[in-house]
Amino acid sequence: MTETLTLYLVAATVCSAVSSGLMALMADRNPFILRLMVFPLLGLSGLLSLGVAGLTLVAGVTLAIELPFGLPWLYWHLRLDPLSGFFLGIIGVITAIVSVYGPSYVRKYQHGPYSLGALGLFTGLFVAGMQLVVLADDAFAFMVAWEVMSVASYFLVAYEHHQAANRRAAFLYLLMAQIGAVLILLCFGIFGSFATDFTFDAFRVAQLSPLWASLAFALGLAGFGMKAGLVPLHVWLPEAHPVAPSHISALMSGVMLKVAIYGFMRLLFDFLGPPRWEWGLILLAVGSLTAVYGVLHALIQTDLKRVLAYSSVENIGIIFICLGFSATYLANDAPVIGTLALIAALYHVLNHALFKSLLFLNAGAIIERSHQHDLEAMGGLIHRMPWTGLFFLLGCISISALPPFNGFVSEWLTFQTALQAPILESGVLRAVVPIVAAILALTGVLAAACFVRVYGISFLGQPRSRNVRRAREVRMGMLIAQGILAVLCLVTGLLPTAFVALIGTVTESVLHQPITAATRHGWLWLTPIDPQTASYSAPLIMLGVLMALVTWFFVWAWLHKSRGKNPLPRRDPWDCGFGGLTPRMQYTATAFSMPFVQIFRPAWRLNEQRTREMDGNLPTKPQNLGYQLEVEDRAWQWLYAPVGKFVLEASRRVARIQTGHLRHYLAYSFVTLIVLLWLIS
Amino acid sequence: MVDFLKVMGWLFALLQVVMFVAAAPLFAAWVKRVKCWLQNRKSPPLLQPYRDLRRLFGKDVLLAHSASPIFRTAPYLVFGTTVIAAAVVPLVALELPTARVADAIVLVGLFGLGRFFLALAGLDVGTSFGGMGASREMTVGALAEPAMLMVIFALAMVAASTNLSTVIHAILSQGIALRPSLLFALLALLLVGIAETGRVPVDNPATHLELTMIHEAMILEYTGRQLALMEWGGQLKLMIYGVLVCNLFFPWGIAQTLDPLSLLIAGALLCIKLIILGAALAVAENLVAKMRFFKVSVFLSIAFTLALVGMLSFVMLESA
Repeated sequence: MTETLTLYLVAATVCSAVSSGLMALMADRNPFILRLMVFPLLGLSGLLSLGVAGLTLVAGVTLAIELPFGLPWLYWHLRLDPLSGFFLGIIGVITAIVSVYGPSYVRKYQHGPYSLGALGLFTGLFVAGMQLVVLADDAFAFMVAWEVMSVASYFLVAYEHHQAANRRAAFLYLLMAQIGAVLILLCFGIFGSFATDFTFDAFRVAQLSPLWASLAFALGLAGFGMKAGLVPLHVWLPEAHPVAPSHISALMSGVMLKVAIYGFMRLLFDFLGPPRWEWGLILLAVGSLTAVYGVLHALIQTDLKRVLAYSSVENIGIIFICLGFSATYLANDAPVIGTLALIAALYHVLNHALFKSLLFLNAGAIIERSHQHDLEAMGGLIHRMPWTGLFFLLGCISISALPPFNGFVSEWLTFQTALQAPILESGVLRAVVPIVAAILALTGVLAAACFVRVYGISFLGQPRSRNVRRAREVRMGMLIAQGILAVLCLVTGLLPTAFVALIGTVTESVLHQPITAATRHGWLWLTPIDPQTASYSAPLIMLGVLMALVTWFFVWAWLHKSRGKNPLPRRDPWDCGFGGLTPRMQYTATAFSMPFVQIFRPAWRLNEQRTREMDGNLPTKPQNLGYQLEVEDRAWQWLYAPVGKFVLEASRRVARIQTGHLRHYLAYSFVTLIVLLWLIS
Repeated sequence: MVDFLKVMGWLFALLQVVMFVAAAPLFAAWVKRVKCWLQNRKSPPLLQPYRDLRRLFGKDVLLAHSASPIFRTAPYLVFGTTVIAAAVVPLVALELPTARVADAIVLVGLFGLGRFFLALAGLDVGTSFGGMGASREMTVGALAEPAMLMVIFALAMVAASTNLSTVIHAILSQGIALRPSLLFALLALLLVGIAETGRVPVDNPATHLELTMIHEAMILEYTGRQLALMEWGGQLKLMIYGVLVCNLFFPWGIAQTLDPLSLLIAGALLCIKLIILGAALAVAENLVAKMRFFKVSVFLSIAFTLALVGMLSFVMLESA
């Protein structure tokens, strides 16, 4: 009974996403369809997939179906298990919230040159593609869904295609997505040659020789890593996220990167069997590099959405570190700790989906109202957009891994697993695991610095440009969407035990290792290993923070009464006695990150330009001082430029056979024919 | 988790927090007094910080024109998080229920939360000083916090727990064993503590010299009770680090049960330890000059390396 219900729900989920896309085709003529049909259908699809996730995770329903289409010898297989259910849930939450945000947000395109129909169509297909990726149970269905997801998102990135830079970014994205897809295809090909057919069931039982298993692991890591944004394959992210419409950036960064993580987890924990410790080491190395590299770049960028994109790179790195811990412990006969690390990874997947979507939706609100992408032009927005300011603040606290919000919980769980390093047998691993934890600690603090900078420069201080000075609060729909996400960030931070229990069902189905110690002591206490080792009570910490705020409120209320209706006296800030502080005298975003630039200089490729002209009459008096900083991604210089050069050179060589003479082409055809005949005979 | 509902435990924990918060200005005053002695100056009385706080609480609050609600709530949040942090740290007794609420990693997180709001408050008014202070504070924090976590990791591996109470218990039960890991961790914690509490050579709490200040630059715009809370929060943080050094590395004498005699002994011993530590801090501050801001990264990477070496020496030498 429940299985049939689930089946219908799954069908309805995907169908409503697709039909939302199809409905949008009419939206160019009648824009109201967008509000009345397209976004509600998208929201419905999101809620339905959340419902399916709930049925799987709470009621334990699993499903395996074969659809009557696909290749003649391989019909489409779909399967719903706790792992896909969890990711389906994440897709559902963010899609539903984006569909609340969307109607108000896309109004800005209503009278513009771009087609609303295209936006709605590809959004619907994009969401349907992601849902099918996590549901797919054979290589063919997986690849088709994966391509639908990639290509639809390409059109979304290229949506504002009148600017050449956007087209360039979208092309880069498409190129990398396709290379990644080829690598994944090759990875599946290895499994296919060892298995009886291309269903995932056959992949699971396939016995790969160690060499081929390692090769499949490497191909999968590169293929899925390209989509997820592992350094050095991350370069499309900071280009593509800023140019896409903000609710699409939220979907791409919050959800699509997670779908890539899903693919990799399916490969690592489901197909490849027990992980090997070398793989764990590789994951730890790649994850650490990605995390530190991402956060350092996020710290120095001045384009708001670019900062967020690099911060996504950082968070993907953190997730891969968790996966690396998990693989390392599992390979060393420590299944409980390995499972705990996997829980931390999935928790961070959930957290990142929530807070990064929130931050992108905030960024969309800011950019819509201030028409500024650049942090250096913002300032003082909290006075103009108080609610967005509040939600953005909550998002910043969450992403900075500060208690009692959700980012802290996953970081804490990761540290707890890292601290179990003494149970590992190999001395090298015992040393590596804590060092990676140290890198993780550094990443967390740098992220906090990064988001203090983002928030302080954009929302606090005085406005640095006219548009920002005139910004207004955004419409209700956009605020509600941000508010829901902010509350979810707080809830996932405050009730870690409930979510760990939920994720525990996922990890139990993947690793067959139940986690009972973590949640044994009730909702108030999270005790990953046992209460003697470590315990954390987020609700009680929150109580303390609330007490501080309540104190403030009472002091305020009490003084308000005694003072009468007079507000607190306002004065000019301290200006060293010279008078006339202007917004240009504030610390800028670049200035804020200068100490970090001094310390971590080799991490970036910096292009600094200083101007220093002195007064002709008085050589100590500066006439004109200037400082300009441009940052380039070192990956371009080290990886992409040589590869690009090589490809150009190779194609130039190959082009020599293109002589333009008909007889040469006839000769090629003849030779090819002969070779083929020889081959088949 | 049975002992969470004991009323006595919670009452005593509350009392301990109150003592902690109340004693913090005294500790700061003691360090200042020793410093003055060493510099042949006449020192202010030990109760001077309390008078300052009373004076500040009595004064009116002035706000800058561009100050936002963040500026107004930040002092309460900074002070509040520091008080919660103080509640987590065992002062004179172990096994209090508050010690279970948060472990040492959460303690670092709480300091991080306080610093987050402190830096935001610095940026809020939109003056150069505030931004400068915020940027520097986050830089120092970004280098000090990983080092602090490494210290905690080293201790946590020795004690197989991140719970401060359990760590102290483990160190007590091992007797006076000079472990290299603990020695390195102690050195690192001292360096981190100096950086985190803004003492010489990282920051100078006594200066308002514009180009060198960090903490003072951020709270430059505060007046009245808001300033008082910020100052008090700073003193409390200094006290917390002092207590951490004393209780984690020299825990002997701390009360393991809640009977009055052992509590009294623990309190007296802790006072002696803090007096010695405070005097040592004052001496150290007199011996070195404040360093250039960009040298702070070297200072803190030494702390980080020491802590890392401590942890690795446990992993390599002691755990096998």
